Amino acid sequence: MSDDLVTLSVDGVEVSVPKGTLVVDAAKKIGNDIPVFCYHPKLEPVGMCRMCLVEIGLPMRDRATGEPLLNEDGTPQINFGRGLQTGCTVQVSPGMVVRTKTDPVEQARADVIEFLLTSHPLDCPICDKGGECPLQNLTMRHGRGNSRMVFADKLHMEKHVPLGDLIFLDRERCIQCARCVRFQDEVAGDPVIGFHNRGRHLEIATLSEPGFDSYWSGNTTDICPVGALTTADFRFGARPWELTPVATLSPHCPSGSNMTVSTRREAKAGGRSVIKRVMPRQHEAVNEIWISDKDRFVHHFAESADRLTQPLVRKNGKLVAASWTEALDVVAGKLQQAGTAVAGVSGDRLSNEDLFLFQELFRKGLKSNNLDLANGRLAGGDIVAQVGISSGSNLKDLGKGDVVVVVASDLHEEVPVWWLRLKQAAERGAAIVTLNVRGTRLDKYAKHALRYVPGEAVATLRQLVNQSKVETDGQSDDPIAAAAATVGSAGNLVAFYGAEGLTYDETESVAKLLANLLLLKNGDGHAGKKNNGLIPVWPHNNTQGAWDMGIHPSFAPGYKALPEAGLDAHAMYEGAASGTVKALYVLGADPIGDGLMDGRGKLDFLVVQEMFLTATAAAADVVLPAQSWVEREGTFTNAERRVQRYYPAITPVGDSRADWQILAQVGERVGLGKPALAASLVFRDVVKAVKQYKGMDYRSLAKYEKQWPDVGGDDLYYGGNAYENRSGLGQQWVAAAESGKVGMFEVAETAVKSSPGLKLVRTAALYTPGTLISHSAALLGPRMAQPTLSLSTADARKVGVADGNRVEVTANGMTMTATARVGDAPDGVALISGVAYVPGTAVVQIRKLQEEKVA
Amino acid sequence: MAHILLRHRDVENIHQLDVYRQHQGYEALQKVLGMEPAAVTNIVRDSGLRGRGGAGFPTGMKWGFIPKGAGEKYVVINSDESEMGTFKDRELLERNPHQVIEGALIAAYAIGAKQIYNYCRGEFMDAGYAFEQALKDCYANGLLGENILGSGFSCDFSMYFGAGAYICGEETALLNSLMGNLGQPWSKPPFPAVEGLYARPTVVNNTETLANVPPIILNGAEWYKQFGTDRSPGPKIVCLSGHVNKPGNYEIIMGMTYRELIYSEAYGGGISNGKAFKAMLPSGGSGPVVVEDALDAPMTYEGLTPFGSVMGSASVVIMDETVDMVWMAMKCVHFFHHESCGKCTPCREGTYWMEKLLKRIYKGQGTQEDLQTLRSVASNIGGRTLCALGDFAINPVLSTFRHFPQEYEAKIKPAAAVNGQGKKQTAVPVAAD
Ligand SMILES: Cc1cc2nc3c(=O)[nH]c(=O)nc-3n(C[C@H](O)[C@H](O)[C@H](O)COP(=O)(O)O)c2cc1C
Ligand code: SF4
Ligand code: SF4
Ligand code: FES
Repeated sequence: MSDDLVTLSVDGVEVSVPKGTLVVDAAKKIGNDIPVFCYHPKLEPVGMCRMCLVEIGLPMRDRATGEPLLNEDGTPQINFGRGLQTGCTVQVSPGMVVRTKTDPVEQARADVIEFLLTSHPLDCPICDKGGECPLQNLTMRHGRGNSRMVFADKLHMEKHVPLGDLIFLDRERCIQCARCVRFQDEVAGDPVIGFHNRGRHLEIATLSEPGFDSYWSGNTTDICPVGALTTADFRFGARPWELTPVATLSPHCPSGSNMTVSTRREAKAGGRSVIKRVMPRQHEAVNEIWISDKDRFVHHFAESADRLTQPLVRKNGKLVAASWTEALDVVAGKLQQAGTAVAGVSGDRLSNEDLFLFQELFRKGLKSNNLDLANGRLAGGDIVAQVGISSGSNLKDLGKGDVVVVVASDLHEEVPVWWLRLKQAAERGAAIVTLNVRGTRLDKYAKHALRYVPGEAVATLRQLVNQSKVETDGQSDDPIAAAAATVGSAGNLVAFYGAEGLTYDETESVAKLLANLLLLKNGDGHAGKKNNGLIPVWPHNNTQGAWDMGIHPSFAPGYKALPEAGLDAHAMYEGAASGTVKALYVLGADPIGDGLMDGRGKLDFLVVQEMFLTATAAAADVVLPAQSWVEREGTFTNAERRVQRYYPAITPVGDSRADWQILAQVGERVGLGKPALAASLVFRDVVKAVKQYKGMDYRSLAKYEKQWPDVGGDDLYYGGNAYENRSGLGQQWVAAAESGKVGMFEVAETAVKSSPGLKLVRTAALYTPGTLISHSAALLGPRMAQPTLSLSTADARKVGVADGNRVEVTANGMTMTATARVGDAPDGVALISGVAYVPGTAVVQIRKLQEEKVA
Repeated sequence: MAHILLRHRDVENIHQLDVYRQHQGYEALQKVLGMEPAAVTNIVRDSGLRGRGGAGFPTGMKWGFIPKGAGEKYVVINSDESEMGTFKDRELLERNPHQVIEGALIAAYAIGAKQIYNYCRGEFMDAGYAFEQALKDCYANGLLGENILGSGFSCDFSMYFGAGAYICGEETALLNSLMGNLGQPWSKPPFPAVEGLYARPTVVNNTETLANVPPIILNGAEWYKQFGTDRSPGPKIVCLSGHVNKPGNYEIIMGMTYRELIYSEAYGGGISNGKAFKAMLPSGGSGPVVVEDALDAPMTYEGLTPFGSVMGSASVVIMDETVDMVWMAMKCVHFFHHESCGKCTPCREGTYWMEKLLKRIYKGQGTQEDLQTLRSVASNIGGRTLCALGDFAINPVLSTFRHFPQEYEAKIKPAAAVNGQGKKQTAVPVAAD
């Protein structure tokens, strides 16, 4: 047996667990449920609630000789002398004997339950947690059934305390377990709630302004073992037993966070199934049991009253309702009429099935390679296919000796789950190296936080990569050399890259440089090894899938290079303006609204497939109403190349159809044959075309296995209310470097062009206005990022702007208004956030707006 | 005999540095500065000195737990003194501060600490300021700071005022409070000696404990052991209060009986107003109450064991025949309910519940069932809490039940029909139950 395993017995059953395991966890491993309230397997133990008291005995030893003392029958003598101990704080030791079913233990459990209920309001009939409540369940299992507390002696406290606009606290229901406080402190790193007062008046209070200011607040409602914390979204909305859980994925972010939507049929929705809440679904390799508040609360767009419900066709200059047949016939006809002057752009939120059929429609149906992402920000899907993080990797495995490089990205704002997981990796000892134009929140956990001058990202990264190749002693004063020494000695190496302040071409160079860093030592580098590789910070949930499906002018599905490239999105928009592109198909994107396209230009025909009447849709000839992700099924591929399924959850809105269905029906009309009848069948075709997806089908993607810690199972109390994953863990596709040799990438030397003047860099904010969030806004309204321009003190003085001034910002021909913040930016850079994406680092003009006089 | 701890009672103005030094002040420090640190710990261990904070843990052994080697270590003085009827540390801080400072410096030298904190009860403003003045004098005279007495040993000393919580006298709650956290204890292990202040090895000692150290160093372990008993050597300051003629702090030699303390003219001078003795709280509110039969027990850490109680911090509260024991239990439980930190369930909920029950019983509104519930609630707290406060809280209840059951019974509502003899009680509003 390994030295690191410790063998003990729990109620007579032997179990061997790693050194350092707590008694409750050891028992759990063999299905012995020691009841807990304050303990949570993802938090440090505190031993507060006293629910887990058990008898713990240790083998006795002779004081003089140190030999174990034996009973007459040769069994070791066990000393239970310390009375009851908390199983959540005691670590296992060899020969330990744990008793969990004895009278004193049962007594203690019943007594602790009785104590907890003395000040509990027992308002289960109107409590959101009722039916899935650890306190309720453990009371049924271990309680005595009645209380000796005189009802009039109960303490009464406030029952509707907003801790912020998202989370409400019921002080009477709180059992002071501190799970919420510890989660915010230990896991989220936002210690914005805490205990106030003492004794029976100990109460949770928010310490931030605005209240409970954290992107993670919703998770506290899952791990709260009672109904004390509820979300503004769900509270008093439904009873748990009325809800149908449906597995889904984040529709926002490339981490591929696993979630569950809980639905219910409602009379007030005309008998439709509607979403009552969104909760995490356990996936220890993806999001563990956490989701950001954006994932939790930004789903209302699916049920927005603004959704398109039927096809629209422009007649006499006006969009009017039409039948599907009519609309589809017009679309097929017009696309074919355009001949080679046809083009298509798509968003990167759609499923693999949708994107694949879009590509089939263009390449096979219309014989055109004019296909691209409508708003491609980040290059390198093809590079990721070579050196992407290896399959079977888990950010949770990174720790001491490992290095994570993050370039041009603010993960806290872009992909919060990764931020959380990297923070934890850093706490386990991994070294984080950030390289950015400005400071981000991850810097706090970084060993090296490097900066580059706007426009010099590639040059700076090149320096880091080059220096990482040479042996350094690690004792350099030069920050880049010091970081290079860290990177050079990495055990495992993971590199993230984003697009903050970079042009598309620059992101490609960054991806290649990082690929080379991973390939160093010519093929014997990190690439291809478990827990090593490249992770792109894609802007949306399925950008990876879009690359895989060939939504690219020069790649067919599976990264097969095309002999002749089509137009890229930029060229298409120019073609639309000049008239060289005659028909444009916009799938789930809004290039006009995003300022990428200046109206419909000289297009003969514009078709938009969308959920909402966006600016582009309003300018279209035909608008095809598409379903949201919760109305249909499909697959998304996350940035770690994990292909995962999501499932239909609610009744489709109006006559809307799934995107793949619409595309198949258009395809049929241009001669692609009978449309596929199910997403699973489209996926079969995907697998045929994309060699990397070989071996996957809807059944294999739905496979799951028991994960540790054991969350969401029958015992809700152990890990909280996050859902157990019973709908699939997905499959990661194998990057080229895992199965063969990958050559180094050529990265052209780029001359550093230094131009005078302030440079504008757009930075991400989680709640930046956009189509989805703006149609879910009621809840997050107050937290939406407002257009903000940050300047250094020196630059602010130069342009004559003070903190709080309204300013007009002009760059690249675009003009925006924003509120100025002074002091948070490096010299020479103007950071703008809360606005749509702006690529690169353009020279910016800033003009102070005259304050309007308030009467 | 001259005082060993309350030396200000023999030497006027010993709180002044020059006076203290004229009376062998800081000679013990001078002596240890030339010694191996481990040898200092050994002397303290050999002396048999035990912690005066209440638990009586052997001080030398505690110092010995501190891992050797480099890195920050701390000495923290526990001057939170908030136990009911305790007022000994306050007198030391105010009147004989240098002896405490010297003791702490010796501890710091022995364990290799470069920083000492004194966590002082927030309400002790005057004592705290007097102590701070003594610290300033030390800094001004090379007794604190860099290179103390030219020895190469450096040590800083800071004062910290608590914010008025009894629980912050518990060592881990104290450390949490000192670090700026909520004043709640943590589940031990880790013990402070391994992971204390800022997760570094830390010795937490009571003020009085440290005041014992300079005389031990100066005169040797053997000298110290001639005072007191084998297992409880040395002097002890007793805080005598309640119904005695002469309440106050007394420095006694351990082993003296409670009877002598109460009745001797040198100490309590008997029960006040010529009343009879009824009961005694030997350790403030936190130790079980004892009665007459315990008066001949010696004041040692073990002396009251046969009587089911403890000497604790030796805050002796005397109660005469007029004291209502249910009232007394209610007052104590009120204190513990008010002071419970709320971290663990049995103490947080149980102290609240006990107080509700006791109030009702005391007002004559309790039932037989309330009595049973009270006894059971107290038992259900015992042994199940995170820190000792929960166990303290049940002592006044269970010990009065043991010694004075009739006082509880007498307060219970008579059954509806009282068979002619009992006085018919006027109707009292009964809580809706
Ligand atoms: C609730 C509670 C309150 C305490 N209050 C004090 C106190 O006010 N002063 C004190 O010295 N020790 C107090 N203690 C004991 C300390 O935890 C600790 O044992 C002591 O400071 C150790 O010092 P010593 O070994 O020198 O006695 C208290 C313990 C508990 C459980
Ligand atoms: S609100 Fe919930 S999670 Fe937080 S302390 Fe209270 S019971 Fe525990
Ligand atoms: S026993 Fe009381 S004071 Fe001690 S931790 Fe528990 S609640 Fe706090
Ligand atoms: S004390 Fe162990 S679970 Fe709360």
